[in-house]
Amino acid sequence: MAKLKVPVGPADHSQGPADAPVTLVEYGDYECSHCGRAYPIVKALQKKFGKQLRFVFRNFPLREIHPHAEAAAETAEFAANHGKFWDMHDLIFENQSSLSEQMLVELAHRLTLDRQVLRDALKSGTFAERVQGDFASGVRSGVNGTPTFFINSERHDGDFELETLLQAIQKGIHNDK
Amino acid sequence: MSNVLSAGTPAPDFTLHVTPDQVLSLKELRGRPVILAFYPADWSPVCGDQMALYNEILPEFHRFNAELMGISVDGVWCHAAFSRDRKLHFPLLADFEPKGAVSKFYGAFRDGDGVSERALFVIDKKGAITWSYISPIAVNPGADGILEALESLPK
Repeated sequence: MAKLKVPVGPADHSQGPADAPVTLVEYGDYECSHCGRAYPIVKALQKKFGKQLRFVFRNFPLREIHPHAEAAAETAEFAANHGKFWDMHDLIFENQSSLSEQMLVELAHRLTLDRQVLRDALKSGTFAERVQGDFASGVRSGVNGTPTFFINSERHDGDFELETLLQAIQKGIHNDK
Repeated sequence: MSNVLSAGTPAPDFTLHVTPDQVLSLKELRGRPVILAFYPADWSPVCGDQMALYNEILPEFHRFNAELMGISVDGVWCHAAFSRDRKLHFPLLADFEPKGAVSKFYGAFRDGDGVSERALFVIDKKGAITWSYISPIAVNPGADGILEALESLPK
């Protein structure tokens, strides 16, 4: 069973309490259609479990097959630097079908972030190292496609339908007691 | 479940087509570590399929000077189309004729299904298998095991 090799820490983007009985980590790619489909499922899980669930998103851009995945990941990290990671994360997934660098810049503008600063950051790869760090930790942990989920550090090998994840998380909560 | 060749076994040599007019023998790669990734079929319908994933991870394998090769029973033209579509930067070998012969040598063939297992082998620079793993057919094994095996090779 593959396990999360880099524990969730302060550098991660997380939602929900640090002491929640279940931590769900997603390695995802903003241009991956499966991740796009998982996006509302994760939202539904968060709604259902409330404070019992901590959700963490880590970047795993498949750059060879998704030409905008890296720029999207770096844009989310750029927004994170301004305390707006999750706003950007959500906006990108909600506009996934029209992903482009131009669109990412417009999304930044919508979040009152400076368009030119983002353009420069993308050009110089300011956030590339951060994204690569996520990617490398995913590789080490046995990420086997996108999205890959880890529930309390164990890779979830089932599908990512709502019902399957619901049950897996419920089991995690139960085991925590 | 087939009887997969395990660590310590010399890796059986083979010669397979890598493109329609080019063949590759395992022994040509002696002197550097080799990763053999047997997989059931080209064109599995997901974004991050096993070969596409390894393609992204290739730089990590190259840090160990390791050569990665995918092997399935698909023919050369199928591999060529798949490789182009996924922009793969490593060779795919066609274990096509006689079908699955190399997979069978390695204990990585599924008789009833007529396809290769999801089986991974790390072979050291002298040609001995140092690590092998068969994943459940529906589970893409990822690359963590391969990297650990490469790390534990003598420098």
